Amino acid sequence: MAHKSIPATGERGVAASPITQKRRRSWLRSDMFIAVLVLTPSIIAVALFIYGFIGWTFYMSTVKWNSQVPDFTFVGLANWERLFSDRRFHIDLRNLVYYAAGFMTQCIVFGFIIAALLDQKIKGEAIYRTIIIFPFAVSGIVTGVAWRWLMQPSTGINLLFAKIGLENFQPTWNSHPQYGMWAVSIAAAWQFTGYVMALYLAGLRGIPNELREAAAIDGAGTFATYRHVIIPLLMPVTFTAIVLTGMNSIRVFDLVSAMSGSGPAFATDTLAFYMFQSTFGAYRYSLGAAIGSFMIFLSAFLIVPYLMSMRGEVER
Amino acid sequence: MSLQRLWSRGAIYLVLTAFAAFYLMPFYVMLITSLKPYADVNITRMWELPRGIYLDGFLEAWRLVSPNFKNSVIITVPAALISAFIGSINGYIFAKWRFRGADTLFILFLVGMFLPYQGILIPLVLTLQALKLYGTVIGLILVHCIFGIPITALLFRSYYAGVPNELVDAAKIDGCGFFGIYRWILLPISMPAFAVVLLWQFTTIWNDYLIGLVVLSTPRLAPINVAVQNIAGSWSVEWNVQMAAALIAALPTVLVYLLLGRLFMRGLLAGALKG
Amino acid sequence: MQSKRVVNRRQFMKYLGFGATSAALMAACAAPAAPGATGGAQAPAQEAPAQGASGENQLEIFSWWTSGGEVEALNALYAIYSEKYPDVEIINAALAGGAGQGGNMKALLETRMQGGQPPDSFQVHLGRELIDSHVIPGRMEPLDFLYEEEGLYDVFPQDLIEIASYDGHPWSVPVNIHRSNVLWYRTDKLEAVGAEPPTTWDEFFEVAEMLKAAGIPALAVAENEPNFSGHVFETVLVAVMDPETYRGLFNGSTSWESEQVTQALEILNRAYDYANPDYLSTSWGDINDRYVADDGPAMMIMGDWTHGVLKSKGFTTYHWAPSPGTQGKFIVLSDSFGLPKNAPHRENAINWLRVCGSREGQDAFNPPKGSIPARTDADLSVYDEYQLEAMEDFKTNILVPSIQHGAAAKQSFVLDYAIALNVLATTRDVAAAQAQLIQAAEDAGFGA
Repeated sequence: MAHKSIPATGERGVAASPITQKRRRSWLRSDMFIAVLVLTPSIIAVALFIYGFIGWTFYMSTVKWNSQVPDFTFVGLANWERLFSDRRFHIDLRNLVYYAAGFMTQCIVFGFIIAALLDQKIKGEAIYRTIIIFPFAVSGIVTGVAWRWLMQPSTGINLLFAKIGLENFQPTWNSHPQYGMWAVSIAAAWQFTGYVMALYLAGLRGIPNELREAAAIDGAGTFATYRHVIIPLLMPVTFTAIVLTGMNSIRVFDLVSAMSGSGPAFATDTLAFYMFQSTFGAYRYSLGAAIGSFMIFLSAFLIVPYLMSMRGEVER
Repeated sequence: MSLQRLWSRGAIYLVLTAFAAFYLMPFYVMLITSLKPYADVNITRMWELPRGIYLDGFLEAWRLVSPNFKNSVIITVPAALISAFIGSINGYIFAKWRFRGADTLFILFLVGMFLPYQGILIPLVLTLQALKLYGTVIGLILVHCIFGIPITALLFRSYYAGVPNELVDAAKIDGCGFFGIYRWILLPISMPAFAVVLLWQFTTIWNDYLIGLVVLSTPRLAPINVAVQNIAGSWSVEWNVQMAAALIAALPTVLVYLLLGRLFMRGLLAGALKG
Repeated sequence: MQSKRVVNRRQFMKYLGFGATSAALMAACAAPAAPGATGGAQAPAQEAPAQGASGENQLEIFSWWTSGGEVEALNALYAIYSEKYPDVEIINAALAGGAGQGGNMKALLETRMQGGQPPDSFQVHLGRELIDSHVIPGRMEPLDFLYEEEGLYDVFPQDLIEIASYDGHPWSVPVNIHRSNVLWYRTDKLEAVGAEPPTTWDEFFEVAEMLKAAGIPALAVAENEPNFSGHVFETVLVAVMDPETYRGLFNGSTSWESEQVTQALEILNRAYDYANPDYLSTSWGDINDRYVADDGPAMMIMGDWTHGVLKSKGFTTYHWAPSPGTQGKFIVLSDSFGLPKNAPHRENAINWLRVCGSREGQDAFNPPKGSIPARTDADLSVYDEYQLEAMEDFKTNILVPSIQHGAAAKQSFVLDYAIALNVLATTRDVAAAQAQLIQAAEDAGFGA
């Protein structure tokens, strides 16, 4: 962040602040101590509510609490075995792949295309930008309510298709027993693409014109420039977008709740939904804990690389 | 301007307009549906404009969700303010008091940003029950503040990292201590960061469904998004009422975005251009 | 503003620290915005009442009744309660969203019961749903005293008291009786093809063929998420089995592997051929709208709350009969209210149960709900034609418990059962569905 100069208030404030005369080295240590002290409540909260709970959930997945009566008999990995042999779990994994593929592709491809177009010194850019980002301001529930209606096979989008003469193209969208999750990913991408677009747009604005000009002098056409210069330069943005959309794919819950629940034969079931239903619907706490732990485990594949890449930045 | 160039400009506008239409479409449908009387909400005339402005849907939706709307305000505003304040202090420490291990600790904090809540939901419920905060507004605010620690710390830390260390050193020489530096050097220039963090937390907490559903186990106290889903789950679904309720739920965050969207974008561009 | 430097990864990360993880992207150079600008609306300075705070004279009732006749019925009970106990503030906690009937409501109820923060009373299906969920874990108070005081032992049928009892005590007060095995048929549609309402499944398929020839779907099905087929299937099971065999499904004396279960699955599987073609896209909440539409299906097998819903929609061209093959049998389910231990306002809750069990309460509740009173001494003048018939059947028919609605088996089994039938509706694979049912029965420990 750019800062002009010391804010006047700051100078005045410093001047006005009481001046202690002792310039010993110990103040450094004591201030450091205060800093750690002030941070301590947050450390405790994070340690308990994040790391403690992750451990606790994992522990719960190894006991026998699968009814209303709490039962902490250790059963090893029995809940995990049950989960891994469960048909619903397999379908959920399939759905995760469908959803993540659909959602990530749409967000990144369309986000990039729109950003690249908006970067062409467009009149009314602000209006386009505002419209495209603003689904991001609404919740998954609102998104779900709207798209559930749009994806009703007998009306909504299919009605539009029929009006333009596509009476024979009437997909069942999110109630398709096999590919329903693709439809859900359309609704999810509607919500999130604008955000990815904003990231790309900022990235594009950060690419100096000299580079583009140099590419043009080298005789590269528009597409070649994008392919060899711009897209590689925007890799960090793409990486970030992948992490964010990937995390969203693992966690998605409110959108499917509002759209169709688990759908026909679990076509739109997700791990999050399965966890919620097992835990609070069927009172299988330990099974729910196993699903939750599995989700944490999946997330690690995205979180760890991301944090590794942040690490260098943090330790500047 | 050559003809070819003109043509390609035209194509760009066409594509962008098509995208914009796609992103507006669901809102358009929600709006026209919620302005129809129930008798006119049917599947074959979905895309037709309402015959007039009928507010029955909105009035009924407001009757159903107004307590939850107020509750969402009661939950969201304090939670956003408190978590922004905590984030500011934490960001300050992580940026300017880098004790041994601070960076590693910071990375450990960031993990919380990405967490699938399903992985901690059961202990969360049990803990809140033990603390006698389960099912209370205070409990939900607490949970949102705790889960807001990572992201707010990150935002403020990045912001404060841009403040030259010379300033801090000068203040130290002038005798400012830990709190003095924060109070006189950093706080006065924190407004932009506060605006962004408050916006972010406000949007996140307002739009939350899962935590609100699980923690606030009293329908009357439930946050707005839980109430909207509750209407959607009812038996005889009145679509105009549902859509109106969804619009009511979306209104505050959309308004905030429209009013302060420029700030987002200008900040985005400034952020990308900083050298 | 032109930067003179190539953007490098570090800068990106620096900026992403701001941008990537938040939609809020900040402007250092922008004019500071007042934090107050975010909220927009000023929060009204009112305190949300603490839940169950002592000293407040309240009554919190949990239910999943949020639409049409259900709400009307519940409000009728509230009105009677308020008349008798005017100082009590009634907190209506009704929640319908979520998967399955009462999905989120049951989830929230469970977390509250589990944490020892029950509502004063809650809607629960009479029978195993309540017993397995809350009685066996020791979260309910037995109601012998109330049954004695109010004379309920004398006014509820013995069969019903047995369903409500566990370990020799009654645990909840049934407020109504619903019948699950009702065939609702549209008179206009059947007349159009000159058919009579079918009394057996064989007849059903004959009628279905006639309807099909006229381009009319025979059976309304809503299987966008599990549950609807679970309901239809219990009526098919009762049609192919005698009552004793059916009851045996839940105590291990009848195996889910039996030929009769296969037969029932095959009947249901065949019925899907005559369902509304979009049945996988239709949810339970939308089915009534679908049924009353001009091009709607001719028949629907559903509980008698349908009567209340259809009446509230102003729909008239329909009539009813026992579902195919279930004449003389009455699949019973009942909504009831119990007394949780540590109810915050125990006295108010007990008074609520008195209202629920009273003749006045039941006669106010049941007409709009479309159900019949659990009491046998009702005021017949307030009930309509359907309800009077149902009362007669209730007295004379053999009563069997509903699976889908919590009377016959515990909730986790009901969930698995509904899922198995959802899989049948989707994959049309009888063997796979039966395998899932067998697995579910094993999990539930029937006969164990």
